[in-house]
Amino acid sequence: MSEMLISTNVVTAGSALSVPRRRKRSLAHSKWPVLILFLPPALLLFTVLVILPMGEAGWYSFYNWNGYGSPTQWIGLRNYQLIFRNGAFTQALINNGLIVVVSVCVQIPLALWLASMVASRIKGALFFRLIFFLPYVLADVAAGMIWRFVYDGDFGLVAGISHFLGVEAPFWLADRDMAMYAILGVVVWKYFGFHMMLFIAGLQSIDKSVLEAADIDGATGFQKFRLVTLPLLGSTVRLSVFFGVVGSLQLFDMIMPLTGGGPSNSTQTMVTFLYNFGVTRMQIGFGSAVGVVLFVLCVTLAFSYKRVFMRHD
Amino acid sequence: MTEISASAPIDAASAPTSGQRVRTGTQIYMYVSLLLVAAIVVVPLLSTALGGFKTLGELRGNPFGLPSEWQWANYTDIILSKRYWLQMSNSLIIALLTVFLTLAFGAMAAFCFAHIRFFGSSYLLNYFLIGLMFPAATAILPLYIRIRDLGLIDTYWGVVLPQVAFGLGMSIMLFRNYFRNLPQELFDAAFVDGCGYMRFFWHITLPLSRPIIATVGIISFVSSWNNYIVPLIMLNSDSLYPWPLGIMIYRGEFSTEWQLVLAFITLTILPTIIAFFLAQKHIIAGLTAGAVKS
Repeated sequence: MSEMLISTNVVTAGSALSVPRRRKRSLAHSKWPVLILFLPPALLLFTVLVILPMGEAGWYSFYNWNGYGSPTQWIGLRNYQLIFRNGAFTQALINNGLIVVVSVCVQIPLALWLASMVASRIKGALFFRLIFFLPYVLADVAAGMIWRFVYDGDFGLVAGISHFLGVEAPFWLADRDMAMYAILGVVVWKYFGFHMMLFIAGLQSIDKSVLEAADIDGATGFQKFRLVTLPLLGSTVRLSVFFGVVGSLQLFDMIMPLTGGGPSNSTQTMVTFLYNFGVTRMQIGFGSAVGVVLFVLCVTLAFSYKRVFMRHD
Repeated sequence: MTEISASAPIDAASAPTSGQRVRTGTQIYMYVSLLLVAAIVVVPLLSTALGGFKTLGELRGNPFGLPSEWQWANYTDIILSKRYWLQMSNSLIIALLTVFLTLAFGAMAAFCFAHIRFFGSSYLLNYFLIGLMFPAATAILPLYIRIRDLGLIDTYWGVVLPQVAFGLGMSIMLFRNYFRNLPQELFDAAFVDGCGYMRFFWHITLPLSRPIIATVGIISFVSSWNNYIVPLIMLNSDSLYPWPLGIMIYRGEFSTEWQLVLAFITLTILPTIIAFFLAQKHIIAGLTAGAVKS
């Protein structure tokens, strides 16, 4: 339809009258100048700084290389063997898993609970939403630094509470059994507001008539929630889980000011491991191999998420 | 991951919609819970800001309350110092360059994908969308080598270009989806009137795209402003450090004087907090919608 419209109008416009069958386009109408001007900046930048480095990570991962000269010492899969035999890496994997577990079992219920309250018509709902979202806007580094103060056993808030209760102040961040749990607390503090916003949007999209029908059928508040609201929020829950997993795989900025991965590697994540063992020691090959493992995890996650979880959405 | 679509448009900051009355008992329970959670969010922030007004000795005994004597000097010393303003302006320059290039390159490429059919266009689009699947950290070492070989280590561009490159996937996808949803009749009509692609892009597409420009702009500004790992790897000299690096250095230097560190943290996050309260609706919508749609 639109195609027809164009061709007839072009003919009446007179500019293309001399061309018998095909519409001949002026230079301004040709697609090539646009493609040649508009695509290359993005294409070049993306290829040189995203795709090539990722490919090179695969290449460098087979070498023992400190970054100077060119990589010459081929060591095959040795870097990968070293990674999977490294206790700190195992700990990092466990910690990343822990973050996902907390995100699913603590953060999502908390976010849903708060969302169900601030999505209703109560006074101050907008104010609470704003406050809960605030930590998400702050930089991870700043959040980590603030909580380093909170957890400080000499000057921090935990120390203040301990003194008030008359017990000796703990140093959670220096305690290898406690440090990761302390960090998980900060992760929830920083990110629950974002998940809450997802759930608010999900709740707002639920058709009110369904809930009214449930009301008429005499459903209690909890029944309505469990049997109507929750099933209808399925896609939001999946989305929330997905962000939890992605965020877990990237967690780095927050850990650095809190513990830097210590004490004795008890709070390493994949990325802090990459930084502490690859970057600071200039082990380009080893660090690249960690990057490749991380890449494989991210891509597998993205595809399986799309295939498995988003099937119905 | 590329086509995750939320079932609802996110307008998270808009007025609550559920029209049901809430009983008084439930209301009390709600307010108590909400206030409790709000306190957990706010108390660390407030005591950080207040801690900056205390002496170290008072911080030890009284980390929560108001300072007995307000130590304004903790703050004024930092505000009057060159390093604070240097770090803020470094962050700002890096963020503005990142936003500008992410918008320009992203919108231009997205325009091609939205309006022009060319050989391999769908493959090329998917190629860009690979960038959504992994964070910059995965390729940070080869990226460092590349930036070094380009001679950009310890320059703003060494931070800006990787940030733009890793933001392009998100930018292209959001722009393309938006451009495709603009009424096709506009394009047909403009084309008939002899308007070429370039003029159409500049005079019709862009003026109609303010909402999506704002969304992409906010996402890339916030992620650049808060970015830590890319400048950490690419910059060596203090004089170029953006504030997240600056905060770590400051903490390293004044590790025994928490009150100064607290004042410094407060002053560095102040711009974010002010901007958030001024433009909360746009920021919340931008950050959540952007995340959901990518």
